[in-house]
Amino acid sequence: MALSGMRGLSVFISDIRNCQNKEQERLRVDKELGNIRTRFKNEKGLTPYEKKKYVWKMLYIHMLGYDVDFGHMETVSLISAPKYPEKQVGYIVTACLLNENHDFLRLAINTVRNDIIGRNETFQCLALTMVGNIGGREFAESLAPDVQKLLISSSCRPLVRKKAALCLLRLYRKNPDVVNVDGWADRMAQLLDERDLGVLTSSMSLLVALVSNNHEAYWSCLPKCVKTLERLARNQDIPQEYTYYGIPSPWLQVKTMRALQYFPTIEDPNTRRSLFEVLQRILMGTDVVKNVNKNNASHAVLFEALSLVMHLDAEKEMMSQCVALLGKFIAVREPNIRYLGLENMTRMLMVTDVQDIIKRHQAQIITSLKDPDISIRRRALDLLYGMCDISNAKDIVEELLQYLSTSDFAMREELSLKAAILAEKFAPDLSWYVDVILQLIDKAGDFVSDDIWFRVVQFVTNNDDLQPYAAAKAREYLDKPAIHETMVKVSAYLLGEYSHFLARRPGCSPKEIFSIIHEKLPTVSMSTVPILLSTYAKILMHTQPPEPELQNQIWAIFHKYESCIDVEIQQRAVEYFALSAKGAALADILAEMPKFPERQSALIKKAEDIETDTAEQSAIKLRAQQQMSNALVVTDQRPANGTPPVSQLTLVKLPSISSNSDNYSADEGARQENGTLTRVDPQPPSADLLGDLLDPLAIEGPPGAVQSEQNVPGVDGVPSAADTAAIVPIEEQKNTVQPIGNIAERFHALCLKDSGVLYEDPHIQIGIKAEWRAHHGRLVLFLGNKNTSPLVSVQALILPPSHLKTELSLVPDTIPPRAQVQCPLEVVNLRPSRDVAVLDFSYKFGSHAVNIKLRLPAVLNKFLQPLTLTADEFFPQWRSLSGPPLKLQEVIRGVRPLPLLEMANLLNSFRVMVCPGLDPNPNNLVASTTFYSESTRAMLCLVRIETDPADRTQLRMTVSSGDPTLTFELKEYIKEQLVDIPTSSPPPPMAPSVASPMAPVPPLNDPGAFLAGLL
Amino acid sequence: MIHFVLLISRQGKVRLTKWYSAYPQKERTKVIREISGEVLSRGPKLCNFVEWRGLKVVYRRYASLYFCMCINQDDNELEVLEIIHHYVETLDRYFGSVCELDLIFNFHKAYYILDELLLAGELQESSKKTVARLIAGQDALVETAKEEANSISNIIAQASK
Repeated sequence: MALSGMRGLSVFISDIRNCQNKEQERLRVDKELGNIRTRFKNEKGLTPYEKKKYVWKMLYIHMLGYDVDFGHMETVSLISAPKYPEKQVGYIVTACLLNENHDFLRLAINTVRNDIIGRNETFQCLALTMVGNIGGREFAESLAPDVQKLLISSSCRPLVRKKAALCLLRLYRKNPDVVNVDGWADRMAQLLDERDLGVLTSSMSLLVALVSNNHEAYWSCLPKCVKTLERLARNQDIPQEYTYYGIPSPWLQVKTMRALQYFPTIEDPNTRRSLFEVLQRILMGTDVVKNVNKNNASHAVLFEALSLVMHLDAEKEMMSQCVALLGKFIAVREPNIRYLGLENMTRMLMVTDVQDIIKRHQAQIITSLKDPDISIRRRALDLLYGMCDISNAKDIVEELLQYLSTSDFAMREELSLKAAILAEKFAPDLSWYVDVILQLIDKAGDFVSDDIWFRVVQFVTNNDDLQPYAAAKAREYLDKPAIHETMVKVSAYLLGEYSHFLARRPGCSPKEIFSIIHEKLPTVSMSTVPILLSTYAKILMHTQPPEPELQNQIWAIFHKYESCIDVEIQQRAVEYFALSAKGAALADILAEMPKFPERQSALIKKAEDIETDTAEQSAIKLRAQQQMSNALVVTDQRPANGTPPVSQLTLVKLPSISSNSDNYSADEGARQENGTLTRVDPQPPSADLLGDLLDPLAIEGPPGAVQSEQNVPGVDGVPSAADTAAIVPIEEQKNTVQPIGNIAERFHALCLKDSGVLYEDPHIQIGIKAEWRAHHGRLVLFLGNKNTSPLVSVQALILPPSHLKTELSLVPDTIPPRAQVQCPLEVVNLRPSRDVAVLDFSYKFGSHAVNIKLRLPAVLNKFLQPLTLTADEFFPQWRSLSGPPLKLQEVIRGVRPLPLLEMANLLNSFRVMVCPGLDPNPNNLVASTTFYSESTRAMLCLVRIETDPADRTQLRMTVSSGDPTLTFELKEYIKEQLVDIPTSSPPPPMAPSVASPMAPVPPLNDPGAFLAGLL
Repeated sequence: MIHFVLLISRQGKVRLTKWYSAYPQKERTKVIREISGEVLSRGPKLCNFVEWRGLKVVYRRYASLYFCMCINQDDNELEVLEIIHHYVETLDRYFGSVCELDLIFNFHKAYYILDELLLAGELQESSKKTVARLIAGQDALVETAKEEANSISNIIAQASK
């Protein structure tokens, strides 16, 4: 097929194709770019045809991957060409070359709008297509209402309306705050009656976006969706051209079922029945056929139906049908179906009562773990991980370990992490856990992060029964010819601590242990040497009276490292050498490590962080949490000054407290002996009994204690490591729950936008999403539990100032693990005021009660509606409001100096709209806005700011409105914003100290104290 | 939602790119490189989905050309796979047994057709007949404009003789 006359373009493409190598291609491209650049420079000489040709060439070059950093202007300017061919090229190439944020797009907005509201249908289509593909915020602001009009216009043909629907979808998806969809439910319901399937398909996509954001408003669309689905499923009245391989538009079917999944449930029994009939028909009536495309299309529908059934939580019978289908799918040869079978089975795990049926397919799933296709292997791994519980953990983990030796590198890291987590979560007994991790290190040492082996050390240290076993295992691995460095670390550590339990076994005398470990020394890196030195010191300590030969050997090594360039190694060598000369005291100094306090597994935390927070995964985790084995709960055996730890669920044998205390007194002795050692113990007995009791976290340790864990094995075992690292655990112990991020900054950010995080700490995240309509506000608090255990005694109270009427919906007492709870909060603004509502929020995590008081961003500016006035509208108003108390003027000093433009932006950001060009003096700003409250209703406010170009720290501000209180409050509000932007806040006295990033982060219970003053 | 569409030849040459999510220029090049690496290296009898950066690439090979569409993880994969086929059939109908060369030299046509099929990363029209009719209409408009231009330049040429 010949190119429509653009010979130059064809020639250029041929040239590129004839290039022998990349270098030639680059030369040819550069030549062309040079040519285009010169031609564009003398733009006057260009015919529309040539312009078109060059613009296409630019797109071609761009597609080849070269930077095209000029000519954008020419491309955009084609959009305003009067003739269709140029306009078409302008629109299409602009949409391909430029991003939504490109400055040049702004230049085109007017033309685009004229095309959209104009009468020319083809132009409308071009404009809608471009905006639908790349339209950003400014397009949404200026075009959304026009696009909405087109979509529901009865005089527009389907080809325009379907584009309008998707164009609106784009604008809404990108900027839901700009596109006003109030009252759109009825219109959407009407659109769902549409006969043209093109328009219906596009409208359904739009509906999906709308309901995903707010299903409440669109209940009226639900029956219509079911009707549409019925119509399609029964193939009633579907034009031939809209069937695809005999299936009535599979895409529309999928979209419709997707929309239905955003409604939490279907209340109306008739609608529900009709829907289930359709679903049943899809589930039962989808057969595998020869034709690939038909098969894909029908299964696209089937899988969507499966999701919908799962979502609706159908009767048990239908559910087991679904599981049966999925069981069939994961065994078929067709890879796509198998992939999707595995994927959907993983989703299915969140549905209760089917796990047992899924478990029956375990063998089949394990086969897929060995599939040649990595996509399928990944799905199989995920599913195995999700379905693992205490009953099948052994099988699954062993399968993963076996697979580890043959798996490809791309998956090994994920595989070993998952195996380690499952082993930890569901271990039937601890020796098995140790086995698994050691095998893991042996087989995939490179992929076993430090967290994993630190964790083994913790378990072994805290469980006396385990110690001889672990030491023996470590000893076995050392016999292997080439072992991974991580294995050297972990076995050296374990043998250093516990090899004396093995002393009577063959090959386990201190001397033999020493020499087999020492064999590895030449092969290890600097980071392992300190651990080996500690091991040697421990071995020495365990051979009392010393064997002279062994002692000399070890001393020689210490001596050798005394001049090591690495300061850690050097320090250890020097100190161990000196200590080992102390004879009997050595036994105290290097005594066995004390138990570790219980802490959340860094590993599990890491896995949680990695996983994207989708509902299905959290559901899986929820289940995992419920069935978790107790075998591995590490007990905190520290006698908290005589108070034994309470309510520790544990299967681990607790050694008697007295022996434990001995352990501590030995440590104490060591401390007294050597003043520098005071900081070694990660949990020094607190001198202040009260303080210890009042500080519940001292027992639990913050879940985020990764850092201290990393310090654990290397540092704690070594008295000499009283360095900076060793101090960390102590500091951490003193800390309480710290908010993450600056609370005041978060509040201020939320004053200017409508969604974001209000508060976060290691356990909870409180997010806010707000909508404001006139004097009403609807906020939704998102309370997200970040932990794998529930937050209890959750309480939220709103302490409203007198001018706000608030109503908070019920807040549940418990937030389940990894779950998010949404609590709507209605706000009504009664009258103008700058006071702020406070959220008094508390919860309990473990034994730890947390109470925080947070300012809510329901501030004055939220009840403003920006308004741009023309000079004709502004000045009469300005003059009519004369003098106090309706018009107030103040000279403000100490203003944070801002360029005028930034000040204008600042005003705009809190919805006081600057009207440019109204004030003849360029140093002045004039702005207007509408304020809404129950007492004032909609009230116009006018602001004028006169700045002094010579001194930006002062200005004169005049504010006027029809209500004296409003005038005063607004004036004060703007003043606060201008005087001190980062820390300004309506209630002045205490807040800045919270806000200042330099101030120490307030401890857990204190924000309340800070904020109490605000009330 | 489809985030982008890529047409890549077996040799890794890019034949068409369309971005529905905002990827800056540099990122685009990187994405194309990564996707080519992932997709082109896959053997024949594997599934049509590749997981990539928390998203999914649905791809299908036609002769020497790979059609790739990148979607969200929870989107319906098979539906998108058939959007690809729907696009190919539409191209086929337009060009009459389409081959890679058609798409190389008429890449702009491939864009026109794609714009009638997809918008905002969603399927816009599932009837091949409707798309064919719309594209024919556009072609006619361009043709008419060309004829007009020709006749005007003829008149001018004649007049200036």
